[in-house]
Amino acid sequence: MAEAQVRNFNINFGPQHPAAHGVLRLVLELDGEVVERCDPHVGLLHRGTEKLIEQKTYLQAVPYFDRLDYVAPMNQEHAFALAVEKLLGIEVPRRGQLIRVLYSEIGRILNHLLNITTQALDVGALTPPLWGFEEREKLMIFYERACGARLHAAYVRPGGVHQDLPPELLDDIEAWCDPFLSVVDDIEGLLTENRIFKQRNVDICNVALDDAWEWGFSGVMVRGSGAKWDLRKSQPYECYEEMDFDIAVGKNGDCYDRYLCRIEEMKQSVRIMRQCIDKLRLPENQGPVSSTDGKIVPPKRNEMKQSMEALIHHFKLYTEGYKVPEGEVYASVEAPKGEFGVYLVSDGSNKPYRCKIRAPGFAHMSAMDFISKGHMLADVSAIIGTLDIVFGEVDR
Amino acid sequence: MDTTLAELGEYIEAKLGDAVLSTDMAFGELTINIVRDEVVNVMRFLKEDSQCQFFSFIDACGVDYPARPERFDVVYHLLSPTRNVRIRIKLTTDEKSTVKSICEVFPGADWFEREAYDMYGILFVGHPDLRRLLTDYGFEGYPLRKDFPVTGFVEVRYNEELKRVVYEPVKLTQEFRNFDYLSPWEGTDYVLPGDEKAQS
Repeated sequence: MAEAQVRNFNINFGPQHPAAHGVLRLVLELDGEVVERCDPHVGLLHRGTEKLIEQKTYLQAVPYFDRLDYVAPMNQEHAFALAVEKLLGIEVPRRGQLIRVLYSEIGRILNHLLNITTQALDVGALTPPLWGFEEREKLMIFYERACGARLHAAYVRPGGVHQDLPPELLDDIEAWCDPFLSVVDDIEGLLTENRIFKQRNVDICNVALDDAWEWGFSGVMVRGSGAKWDLRKSQPYECYEEMDFDIAVGKNGDCYDRYLCRIEEMKQSVRIMRQCIDKLRLPENQGPVSSTDGKIVPPKRNEMKQSMEALIHHFKLYTEGYKVPEGEVYASVEAPKGEFGVYLVSDGSNKPYRCKIRAPGFAHMSAMDFISKGHMLADVSAIIGTLDIVFGEVDR
Repeated sequence: MDTTLAELGEYIEAKLGDAVLSTDMAFGELTINIVRDEVVNVMRFLKEDSQCQFFSFIDACGVDYPARPERFDVVYHLLSPTRNVRIRIKLTTDEKSTVKSICEVFPGADWFEREAYDMYGILFVGHPDLRRLLTDYGFEGYPLRKDFPVTGFVEVRYNEELKRVVYEPVKLTQEFRNFDYLSPWEGTDYVLPGDEKAQS
């Protein structure tokens, strides 16, 4: 029998594919159903954030960070605020730190809810997103009650947070915690032992720990492979040091382990949130929520009615902004997707000279060819799901 | 922590010898300026040396200083999870000189170098696939250079007659305004309108 000429088959996956989690175009070279080569074309959502930040004052740059990873906006702002504070050398008051931690954890739950449930959707389960999004909606209302916006918060600002939380909000967040844990149990009941979910996720996209480090992975992507590495523990910022929580570590480094890590992280986040709420109620933790340095943080409205100096500060800070001492810093936070870093270069003026945004999703996406090689076409959507990418931060 | 970082800086400087130009400690962070051509050796040393163990690749990016003779900085960030320290490696280059790619040491540098090429036009030799990454197909120019205008040069729209997307030069209904709020009392780098009369 004559040998048939077989050639590899190229397909375009996306940019309008629902499992592409946004605008991702993958050029896949297939041998039958096996992926031989995967070339991601990113940048369809490139908005030039870094260039725009160079044109704005430090305060005006904050809202750009909401629009990076729009699934957990405040965590990004937090990294930028830490970088600016490092350059300025200012300390955030304790209440401000507690609020930041509380809202970082809300962001983490927001992100993991979306990721776990849409990954389930990608591999065929329709119910988890419906249950998960109900909880996301409640969390976004907490965002709204703190800062007035459901999504683009601009709440964590250099120096602290924008305004204090009303006491009723703390009560409501606390009341949300217990029912949420039972929702997590419900979602787990649907997925963890589900045969189809396991068939689609166990032993898919195994990443060895050494590879994970070399490829610049962080967050759940290294924890799933067995590293006990969490910036909240190992390089604690704000008041994470005094919080009592555990790090979830995977064993095999496959999609299923990462799913389990994320579930556990949500439970740990609730633990941290409870501690924050208790601490926020203590009498010694009342007080200002942002730095009282009038040269950095604008005054409140009622101060401006009383004080000439506050009025001048307000005018100066919203026109000229503040000047940041010359230098360069790198500040990072454990964002839900991994290590989100900001490399900030200041030339001593009121605008950043360079602001490089190190997005965790970018490093994860870059390894797409490496980790999807040899997998089946249908696994590609599971891999995209487990990488936890949002194109706001990959493309910037 | 600061003393261990400073000691680490001295150790690296001693080990690498001429490859290191200088080490800085600022804001609690260690920066090492290196000779451009030694970048691969330096990275390999930092990754494999038992005292360093910087095996986690964090970031690589460009910075543009148009006034300098070698206008670009290439900045790498590495992390050592075992020692729990971070390090920054810097080198300088210009539009024509090439930088050796570190993809063979850190495969994760692939896209970061592509991005630096895309945004600044920094050339990396030995890179497996140095294409543009974030900008449009067929894009011209290097958008993050300081001399590239924020508004860009071309805009796109869907043309109903041609039934496809067309590229056109940017037409602004209002000129781009660069708001300069720097206080004129503290000295500006331009002459305030009217001030030129006072000179003569």
